Amino acid sequence: MAIVKYSQVQVGDTLPLMQLPAINRTTLALYAGASGDHNQVHIDLDFARKVNLPDVFAHGMLSAAYLGRLLTHWVAQTQIRELSVRFVGITQVGHVPNLIGHITEKFEAGGEQRVRLAIQCSNQYGEPRLVGEAVVALA
Amino acid sequence: MADKSLIGRPLGVTVAEVEKGRLRFFAKAIGETDPVYTDEVAAKAAGHPSLPVPPTFLVCLESEGRDTDHIVENIMGFDLGRILHAEQGFTYHRMAYAGDVLTFDTRIKDVYEKKGGALQFVVRETRVTNQSGEHIADIRTSLVQR
Repeated sequence: MAIVKYSQVQVGDTLPLMQLPAINRTTLALYAGASGDHNQVHIDLDFARKVNLPDVFAHGMLSAAYLGRLLTHWVAQTQIRELSVRFVGITQVGHVPNLIGHITEKFEAGGEQRVRLAIQCSNQYGEPRLVGEAVVALA
Repeated sequence: MADKSLIGRPLGVTVAEVEKGRLRFFAKAIGETDPVYTDEVAAKAAGHPSLPVPPTFLVCLESEGRDTDHIVENIMGFDLGRILHAEQGFTYHRMAYAGDVLTFDTRIKDVYEKKGGALQFVVRETRVTNQSGEHIADIRTSLVQR
């Protein structure tokens, strides 16, 4: 991982784009087991149909975890100060998560230099699914 | 029907041990390939005492040993079939690692509505500390009933 320096980044700079494999049913089964979120709407098609849903759909926190990966791919996790997301749309089976982020502010707080980032997970149609913000400390 | 008198109400304290196998399974589930999250040798080479808890995994540990459905239905007064996860936030104070024993102390932080009451929000906040009493993180979870 190349070290990202505060003096070398500007507002508007983008993080390396991360495009992940399409969500499939195995993805959801694995995330259900690993996260402990066993809500049937994510893993059991029979149940989903019973409650009038066309299909199972992805856990919102799976995409939040992907946004965590976007950050830890850019800086060491020890530098992350804040991460917050709003869930704005359902991620369906077959959606391809596209993760993007850019710097919106450079500032000092807590005795260190920090940047604020706008982050987003959207699908292959460009529809935002999660929008959020992160704060990262940079040397 | 959630109302403002719920603000400040404690929702309980839970304790969870961070297990290495669980962290490796989570890394697999989210497609994480950075060996820092699965291989202790790589983690130590990167300056960590053991496998780090990835940024969003804290909410998974938070829900262990807690009857979330009961809280949503009987304390918040929400209908489980009508709620959605609206927002999730984390403020990090220090890292958590495999082997840590984390304490999650949760209370209702805010209750509000939008669209003339058509949307009701309940925000809960959890203070996470480790076995040494060090403040690890604050977690905010916002649920909405439609």
